[in-house]
Parts: sequence; structure tokens; C-alpha cells
Amino acid sequence: MMASNFLSRAYRSDLFYSFIHSPTAILSALVAMAIIVGALTAPLVAPHNPFDLATLDLLDANIPPVWSENGDARFMLGTDDQGRDMFSAILYGSRISLLVGIASVMFSLVIGVTLGLISGYAGGRVDSVIMRIADVQLSFPAILIALLIDGIARGLLPRDAQDSLSLYVLIFAIGISGWVQYARTVRGATMVERNKEYVQAARLIGMKPFMVLRRHILPNVMGPVLVIATIHLAVAIITEATLSFLGVGIPPTTPSLGTLIRIGNSYLFSGDWWISIFPGIALVLLALSVNLLGDWLRDALNPKLR
Amino acid sequence: MALLDIENLHIEFPGRGGSGPGVDGRRGATVAIQQVSLSLDKGEILGVVGESGAGKSTIGNAVIGLLQPPGKMTAGAVMLDGQRIDTLKPPAFRKVRGRRIGMIFQDPLTSLDPLQTVGDQLIETMQVHLNVSPAEARRRALALLESVGIDEAALRLNQYPHQFSGGMRQRVVIALALCCEPEILIADEPTTALDVSIQAQILDLLRTLCKEKGVGMMLITHDMGVIAEITDRVAVLYRGVLVEQGPTRKILGDPDHPYTRSLISAVPRPDIKLRRFPMVSYIEGVEAPGDHGNLAMAKSWLGQHRNFGVASDQPLVQVDDLGMRFVLKNAFLKRNRVALDAVKNVSFAIREGEVFGLVGESGSGKSTIARLIAGLYQASHGSVTFDGVNVTQQRDAAAMQAFRRQIQMVFQDPFSSLNPRMRILDIVAEPIRFHKLASSEKSTRQIVSGLLDYVGLGDRALLRFPHEFSGGQRQRICIARALATRPRFLICDEPTSSLDVSIQAQILNLLKDLQESLGLTILFISHDLPVIRQMCDRVGVMRHGELLEVAATETLFSSPQHAYTQHLLSLMPALDFLSREGLDEQTNDLILNDPGRAGRAAMPSL
Repeated sequence: MMASNFLSRAYRSDLFYSFIHSPTAILSALVAMAIIVGALTAPLVAPHNPFDLATLDLLDANIPPVWSENGDARFMLGTDDQGRDMFSAILYGSRISLLVGIASVMFSLVIGVTLGLISGYAGGRVDSVIMRIADVQLSFPAILIALLIDGIARGLLPRDAQDSLSLYVLIFAIGISGWVQYARTVRGATMVERNKEYVQAARLIGMKPFMVLRRHILPNVMGPVLVIATIHLAVAIITEATLSFLGVGIPPTTPSLGTLIRIGNSYLFSGDWWISIFPGIALVLLALSVNLLGDWLRDALNPKLR
Repeated sequence: MALLDIENLHIEFPGRGGSGPGVDGRRGATVAIQQVSLSLDKGEILGVVGESGAGKSTIGNAVIGLLQPPGKMTAGAVMLDGQRIDTLKPPAFRKVRGRRIGMIFQDPLTSLDPLQTVGDQLIETMQVHLNVSPAEARRRALALLESVGIDEAALRLNQYPHQFSGGMRQRVVIALALCCEPEILIADEPTTALDVSIQAQILDLLRTLCKEKGVGMMLITHDMGVIAEITDRVAVLYRGVLVEQGPTRKILGDPDHPYTRSLISAVPRPDIKLRRFPMVSYIEGVEAPGDHGNLAMAKSWLGQHRNFGVASDQPLVQVDDLGMRFVLKNAFLKRNRVALDAVKNVSFAIREGEVFGLVGESGSGKSTIARLIAGLYQASHGSVTFDGVNVTQQRDAAAMQAFRRQIQMVFQDPFSSLNPRMRILDIVAEPIRFHKLASSEKSTRQIVSGLLDYVGLGDRALLRFPHEFSGGQRQRICIARALATRPRFLICDEPTSSLDVSIQAQILNLLKDLQESLGLTILFISHDLPVIRQMCDRVGVMRHGELLEVAATETLFSSPQHAYTQHLLSLMPALDFLSREGLDEQTNDLILNDPGRAGRAAMPSL
């Protein structure tokens, strides 16, 4: 009953109408879904397990894709210098890319939304302090901040723990570098909502600020946050790839898309183009489709553009 | 042949399913205007009146060819001086718009370009349309500004719009509309955004200009006072259909159509006090308008525990020397800060069971006082005493919660006073749950459903969201929420000023019923003197944060003491020729004979 109710409401909603009338949105949703499903079901779908060193054979290294002269039927998109199947590596790699992307977006979102709510609702000194920190951070490119934090973490952590913790360090670094956008947007929206009469009605019955924020303001400022989060997901995936490409991200033993591109980079001049190009295509498709979805969501939720 | 002829106008807004009626669950076209025919002569002022959604502005926009897409004319014709203009191509239409038909918009704050001086805007418009030399245009602009009553026109010509006040800006907009000597002027709610004193000046100006220059004006408004004041003829629109038109005095004094009759009966009169607004049949449906007279008060939620102890001699709310200062510009050094005293040393008292009114123009500090009493703002000095307890100094949390239960507020804007993400059940139940007034979730639900029934909304409202309701219905929900804690004191801050007149009548009726059956004490804030007269026992008049005069309502209206009160009263539109059909008048004798009110009316003012 509830489910069918929800479905019929979703079917009649403006958002759904806008979705089925936008070919870009449908196509990018399909591409994103394909990559996400592929990544999630990688252990079932992938022909090999590229993380299992025991199954790797160095004799299989640098085999070109199936359709070229020296191709091997076992390796559809060829292999890299370790003899890993590129197709499997891409599936497992997008798993890591998506994990880092989504986790760091969540991290940014929680920090940014919390600080934005506090800043917008409290105003005055608290607001000034939080927003000046945001301004300082905005004056550096996000990638620089991520690099900085990554570097500091590497300096602090013992050498043998670095590889195993690199995933968390990366999530933390990318997450910290992206909270400002959320905070600024939420702060603005909070300042608008704070003065609305329903918030005053809640204060009138004696509600404490924390409860007002959680029950009344938070649900009403989440719309733009959703849009930023979608677009930020693409940025976070690219940032992760960039850091891994620079060699400060995910170690080559469990390669992400960025790591795969870096590995392939050193073989580009020897003609082994597939090691770099295929993970590159996967990365572009993933980032582009998520980005296009974010753009569509932004327009669909913006009443002025309807 | 008239100057402007609108023949058989038909306007549609296509829905998702395209034009035509809705098919297969898709929204069909919305018919905004149906077969409307109007005409306008030289020097004549035609009023187009109707409530929101009646299609008044759509007609105005169709005449100047600025119909908002996707709306389109599906039938009919607009003729200017016998020549059809609605079929003109955009470039040809631009020669008509502005040149032959001028337009005055509602909001003077947004209808001028903030980056150009007033003079440049006038001169540019004239040069585009009239082919005059810059010097000539400047000379004419100067004369125009003088004719719309702007002093030091030569200096004002070089100023930017932000240097003008709201009323002055509307004068500039009028000058801009008149600068090409149009034959027709379309004024869409030209005074709605202005205070009463400025409204009177602007209406005066419009009337004089139309008569002097022989311009035909179509005045679109929802305000019967404006219609009564300046129009020659009036056309009444109801949901896109023209129900009646004719000379203003005839239509307002002796209306034929039942809609016009009900609309006129809902207008608050400045000259008589009504016991209740007659229930009008043509307004939005109210589900189960519970018979409040027979409501078993003892059994319902609202009827229980209503004894707050023996009524004492002291007033329920006592405001002493209250002051509030807003910091407009903050700065590190104290002397650089800019502050505004929104409320200055105000003192008054509200007795138990009375309706106390506060009236004043915008910026007079009446809403600030309401929020100070409610504890939403911190007073800069002075105190508010509620039932003998000083609540401005109260730091005891438990006592504060008890106080908060007894005081509730109904806000001005029904669109922002309900959380759009919550269901009506949760909105109304929130105060009950917060104060833990009900023993179980089931009884909470019962109480909420009873409250909604009481304010005239059915059970079906429970699980819906605020956007599914109209402004009047939302205001009913706000009242239900305010009643949920069984308050003793209700603050109504302009509860009807954003509502249509017939909805306003319903809400005022509801508040009157509540006040009578529950014995509520109400602080009623409004800028509208006729509404104040209908609602309040005593009234305070405010200006610039100061309380000028407090008197019993009838005394205030019959013999105002302060010069400003006299000025305000003189600005009320004369509505004495309006039809009095079906009105339930309440004379002074009746007030004294009414046992429930006799005590309050006989009490000397504090």
C-alpha cells in the first residue's frame, strides 16, 4: 500500500517527468548505473581477480586487447605490466574509485552541512570565524589541500602502515578539501529559513536551537545539498584519480582507476596504449555521466529554469 | 466605438497534455480567461476587481501583449481605437506598447532599473518612442516629474531609484508610463505595496492625470476601497469569467450577481461593526464548518482545564517601558555602529478576555512588540509581565515552558509559517508532543483531528503537506497549531493581510468565534483600520516605534484624540454607499446588552 502509493507519487512528480523528457539524463543514468553495478558485482563479473597475486603470471604481461594481432582470448582488454587482466582491473579499480568518491563526499557533506547550519543559525562571531576559515581554504585549489593533508598523514604514519591506511587517508584528505561548498550553500539557505515564520513558531513553543535545526531547518536546506553532492562526486573521483596518478594515492597493489592510468603512462611510448587508455575511458565515462546527472538534477530542481 | 475594446477574450495555459482538457491523468490546459468582453473610453477609469486567481492581471498582460508563456489567446480580439492589436508581430507591438499603452506595475521597488538615473530612464523611453531631441526630452522629463508631484525635479532627475522612497518611486513609474502620452494606462495593483497614506496620494494623482489628459485607465485591483475611491465603472471577475460590469456606484451599492454580493458583504467596513461576517457561498469550500455554538466544549480538548485560577484585577499582559534597538550596521567601535529604535518606551496593558488591537503603518514597530511579548526577541529595556510574572527576566526553564504553553502566535504569511516538509498532522501535533500534553500517540491524533475539525478542515487534511492547501486553509492550520497547547493568550500578527477579502472574512469569523467560546485574550495586529474595528475591543495606535494613543475601539473611531490617528482615519476609503444587504450589524446598544461583553465594555480604559 505505502510502496504503491510512493511509486504512483514518484511517477506523477515533476522530477520524474523532467527525467523521462531528458535524453541526456536517461543516457547518463544508464552509463553510471552500468559502471556502478559492474563495480559492485566485480567479484562475480570479472574473469580474474587482479588483487590476488597468486593468480598473476608475469609471462602474461603487456598482452594487447583481443582484437589486435597478439591478443589473447583470456584477456579481453589486454593486460598490464604485472599480467593483470585490464577488464577485471578496471572493474575492481572503479570499485575503489567509487568507494573513495562516495565516502569522501559523505565526509564533506556531514562536516559542511553541520558547519553551515551552525554558521547560518548562530550568526555573529561564530559565523565570522567559520566563514573566514572557509575563505582561507577557498584561496587554495582543493587538490593542493588534499595533497597537503596526504603529505602530512604520510609523514605522521609509520611506513609499514602507510599502504594499508592509504585508502582512509585519501578519503579524509579529499573530504576535508571539499566541505566549503556545502557549508556556504547551507549557511545561505539556513539564513533564509531561519527568518521564516515556521521556525519562529517552533521557537515559540520553546524548542532548543539544536532541535529546531534538526527537525525544521535541515530538511528544508537539503535540496541544493543533494545537487552539490552529485556534482562533487564526479570531482572527488577525479581528485582521487589525480592523486593516485601522482603516486600519492592508492598503492599499485590494489590499483584504482588513477593508479592504472599511472602504470600505463610509463608504457605509452613503447606502444602499449591499452594499459592507460581503457581505465582512462572508464574514468571519463564515470565522471561525465555523474556530472551530467548532477547538472540535470540542478536544472530540474531549479524552479526558475522550468 | 470605444478607445479600447476587448472582445470575447479567451486565454489558456496548456498543461502537460497540451491544449484542451486533461486526458489520461495528464494535467489539461488551464482556462484562465473565458469570453471576457470589456471596453474603455477616453478619460474613463475602469476597475477590474476579483480575488487571486480570477485572471485580472492576465487580462492586463494580454492587452499589452506580454502574456507569460506558455499562456496564449485562443479566441477573441483586442482592439485599440478600432485597430486590432493582438495579432501584431512583436516589432510592431513594441511601437504600441509604451507609446500608446502605458503600464504601471505593482512593485515600485523592482519596476525601475537600479543602474540608471531616473532622468535617463525617462529620456531614453521618450527618445525611443517620440523621436525628440535629447534637450527636448529632458525638458519634458522635468515637466513630467513636476506633474506627478516630485519636488526639486531638476535635482531628482539625476538621482538613482534607490534614492527615492516607495511612494516617490511609484510616482516615477507613473511618470514613466505617461511620458509618451499614451492613450491607455494599465495599472496592475498600483498601490498594493504602499502604505495607506501614500496610497491615497497616488490614487489622487492617477485620477487627476486621467481626467486632465483624457487617458483611459484600466485599474486592476483586489481592493474594494480603491475601486470605490477612484473608478467610474467596475468589472467583477470570478475564476476567469466576467460576472458583472457597470457604473461603480451601481455595482457596489446594488449588485446583481450573487458573487459580487458575497464579495461586497465580506469587505470590512470602517463605519459599522459587524457581529459576524455573513457566511458567503462563493468562497472556497470549508469542510464541516463545525457548529461552534453547540460544540460540547467540556468534552473537547479545547474545553478542558480552562480555569487558570480566579480572574484577578491585574491585567493578563502588562508591557512596561518596553524598548528594542536593532543594530543596522555593526562595527568594532561603538561609535561607528548604526542602530534603529524599533520600539521606544512602550507601555500598555491587556486585560483577560479582551481583544487588544495595535495599528500602524509599516515600520511602526507593531510586529516587533508582538515578538518581544512572545519572547522571540530580547528587549533592550523594559519588561513584559504575563499573569503577574515578569517574563523578560525569567531564567527558570520550567516556569518558561509553562509560560510558553500559554502564549501562541498566528503569523502573517501562511506560506512561510508551515514547514513545507512536514505533514499537517505533525505540524499541529508538534506543540502537543513537545510539551508532552497527550498521554499517547493515539490521543495526540485525536486531539489534532478535533482541532482541525474545529477550524473547519476535515480529517483528510491530516496526512497531507502544506503545499496542497490554499492560503486561507493554511491560515486555518496555523490557528489549529496555535490552539494545540490550549493557550490563554493569542498573538495575531496581521493574520489576514495576505489573504483575499472573502477568505479574510472567514478567518476573522473564526477568530471571533474562538475568542467568544474560549474566552481567549488576543493581541491583534493590523495595518487595516476597518479590520481592527471589526475585531478589537481596545486599540493602540503606533508610529515610528511609539505608542501614540490607546482607546476603546468605538471611542477611537468616533473621537480620535491624536492628530496622527485623525489623519489615519481620514484616509480610510468611504464605503458608506456599499450594499448592506445581509449584514449582521452590531450597534453600541447591542454591545452593552450582550452579557458576555457588558463587563469589558463598561470597564474604564486603563
